[in-house]
Amino acid sequence: MTRDGLSIAITGAGGAGAISCGEMLLRAWAAAGGRGLLRKAFGPQIRGGEAAALLTLTDSEDYTAATHYDLLLALDWLNFERFEDEIRLADHAAVVCESPGDAPEFIKAARFQDVAFKQLAADSHPEGRSNMLALGLLGRALELPVESLCELAEQRLASRPQAYRDAARAGIEAGFELELSLPRPAPARGEPGAWCMSGNQAAAYGALDAGIRFVAAYPITPASDLLEWMAGPLEQLGGHLVQAEDELAAINMALGASFGGVPAFTATSGPGLALMSESIGLAVASETPVCIVNVQRGGPSTGIPTKSEQSDLDIALHGLHGDAPHLVLAPLDIGDCVFTTGWAVHLAAALQTPAIVLSDQFLGQSTAVVSEPRRHRAEPGQVVASDGDYLRYRLTASGVSAMAVPGDSDRRFTADGLEHNERGTPSASQTDHQQQLDKRRHKLDAHEFGEDWAEVAGEGELALLCFGSSAAAVRAAAARLARSGTAVRSVAIRLLAPLPVAELHDALEGCSRALVVEQNHSAQLFHYLRSQMGVDVPLRSYARPGPVPLNPDELCEFINQEMLP
Amino acid sequence: MNAPLKPKDYKSGIKPIWCPGCGHYSVLNAVAKAMAALELSRDDTVLVSGIGCSSRLPAYTDSYGFHGVHGRGLAVAQGLKVARPDLTVITLGGDGDGFSIGGNHFLHACRRNVDITYIVMDNEVYGMTKGQASPTTPIDWDSSKLTPHGPGVRPFKPAAVALATGAPWIARGYSGNPNQIARLLSEAIQHKGFSFLHVLSQCITYCPEQTDWKAIVHEREAEPLTDASEAAALFFAESGFETGLLYHQPRAPWPPQHEQQPASLDDIAERLRV
Repeated sequence: MTRDGLSIAITGAGGAGAISCGEMLLRAWAAAGGRGLLRKAFGPQIRGGEAAALLTLTDSEDYTAATHYDLLLALDWLNFERFEDEIRLADHAAVVCESPGDAPEFIKAARFQDVAFKQLAADSHPEGRSNMLALGLLGRALELPVESLCELAEQRLASRPQAYRDAARAGIEAGFELELSLPRPAPARGEPGAWCMSGNQAAAYGALDAGIRFVAAYPITPASDLLEWMAGPLEQLGGHLVQAEDELAAINMALGASFGGVPAFTATSGPGLALMSESIGLAVASETPVCIVNVQRGGPSTGIPTKSEQSDLDIALHGLHGDAPHLVLAPLDIGDCVFTTGWAVHLAAALQTPAIVLSDQFLGQSTAVVSEPRRHRAEPGQVVASDGDYLRYRLTASGVSAMAVPGDSDRRFTADGLEHNERGTPSASQTDHQQQLDKRRHKLDAHEFGEDWAEVAGEGELALLCFGSSAAAVRAAAARLARSGTAVRSVAIRLLAPLPVAELHDALEGCSRALVVEQNHSAQLFHYLRSQMGVDVPLRSYARPGPVPLNPDELCEFINQEMLP
Repeated sequence: MNAPLKPKDYKSGIKPIWCPGCGHYSVLNAVAKAMAALELSRDDTVLVSGIGCSSRLPAYTDSYGFHGVHGRGLAVAQGLKVARPDLTVITLGGDGDGFSIGGNHFLHACRRNVDITYIVMDNEVYGMTKGQASPTTPIDWDSSKLTPHGPGVRPFKPAAVALATGAPWIARGYSGNPNQIARLLSEAIQHKGFSFLHVLSQCITYCPEQTDWKAIVHEREAEPLTDASEAAALFFAESGFETGLLYHQPRAPWPPQHEQQPASLDDIAERLRV
């Protein structure tokens, strides 16, 4: 077992069931009190490609993607070579597979255990499947009760014919009989009351919890499962989801609903965000609240749709034409997707502007066992006075003006993407443009965002700065460096725009140097922070593109070599 | 009980940006007239539009309005109506806005059949950008510097496309006959589902030849068609100058009602617990 828990890779051809085997194993582990992370890696094909369930089983919630695996269970070797960069085995690793002779060259050194998956599965039941056999086998290795595995499989197959459920049970039981010599994790001993969810589910729940009752969206990897999960609960809460004809429609439908007073949401990924950009600018100009979750993937263009990257920071910050102040936030881990998305919804409503939430495939499509997540609670709404003549875009001290909604009596106005005066009447005058630009900037700058703008931890002259999903690798690296005697501060930024520059300077008080860590090629956060912060603290950059997640090993190595005396 | 509102009470008093002689004035008058005839509450009516000369119309009415970006009026309107079914939602725009940049939304709005009304004020030209060919411009119209030999592309047939993609209510009006537009619009608003009112609205600034429309426009005397294949035959054969309600085949608007077991946020959280 490695320092960060036991890591298991379950792989197979797309459709072989590696992912569902991993999901059930994590759930059973969670039910036994364990903590863990399941990262999913797949190729672009739906069937016939490659799929991997990458599990890290731990007794704490500091989840980073594993760099080396203690155990590889390969249901088959089809297309396995595509995982060469992503699945590296620890020196002591065990490999469980059907035909070791077919294993690709790069894992030859490992310790093999030959299991005749197909034959054993077929012997257990005519419909028997290898992945259920694997589930039983791994369940035994993790000392999980066989009955909990069978129950999970039955729940999952509830809508399928009885024969499927019988076959699953038979396969699991047959696998559970196999006695193999496999690495074992530390016993599961987490606090009860845990949640088990993906970042996409967490973001969807956070949005609903914050009051979202209208969603319009267009399917896109890796955001589709967020929307699919949301559809049922949204309807049960009395809301509506529209599958739009494209992202241009999706964002505009959301704006229509929001104009009608119903909190509105969409989720997408990079290409979809690019298509939405014009209308996000409309939301800025017309001061219409909307929350957009961007589950980032490798870019540019179609890029690497199924894998993670943090390379949409630039477009999220700067992608709107004209001077268009808006909100950009990033959740720091899977549990935090609940809080950050909820906060984004509330901020968008309070400030009448769009909020872009930068999740990514790693957060969105990984499943983690986490303690009950924090939820954002809206502050009591400010009542914006609108005495006398109603002016939709009235200049006020806070910059926020009262937003009437259709049905309100005698507060009729036309929301407009054209520049306008306080009433909303189109205007091309110097004065109106200056005043409305000032108003839209000021309402963000004057807002008190409080302490949630970042998570700051540790002391020391060396600081590690990051946003979103890089927080996991940064925190783990900081902890490791601290253990080896180097005090390190970590600043994981949740609110990227408007950037709380004064708070950031305070957080870096006493630092002599700082490293900006991010998962993209062009060091987008580094350049952004440099442009916003001045030169008080010398910043260095560690920027590496996806798709392989950032890990603490590479950060520690870089820091030890480049930044420590 | 207040006195019923008059058509002028539905206008905002803001002076339109339109040229003298523009057909859109007739549509504005017809909108105000239809709203008055139906005694629509100004607080519960929303006019939504995109970009272009005609899309300025919402600001000229006294109701709620949303003047969005080019081509997306239908999307805003459908989101609004689905979220707020209690409102009367009318979308307006031009031929470029609706059939070119917003063409995809037109197809899917006809298919989806949300209960909104869509008025396209078709002058066969991009007016606001000063006279370029639009999807409905005649193939040989050579008055634009951008396409000096004419667009060379056969014009889009709005009624045929609306029919093919499932619009249940299709009518045509003419800016020279505002009373007819008002009458058709009243019917369109009362129709349950998507209603498409195509208005031939002349632009005498860039297409002075459209003054000839007066001589060729004629009102349909027969009842509206209810059979889609007959309507298809008509829409492919006709000149495009027959006005009135052309096709009417009602079907249930979207979204359909589903029996749904309500759930609380706590119930939903429960699904995420171990």
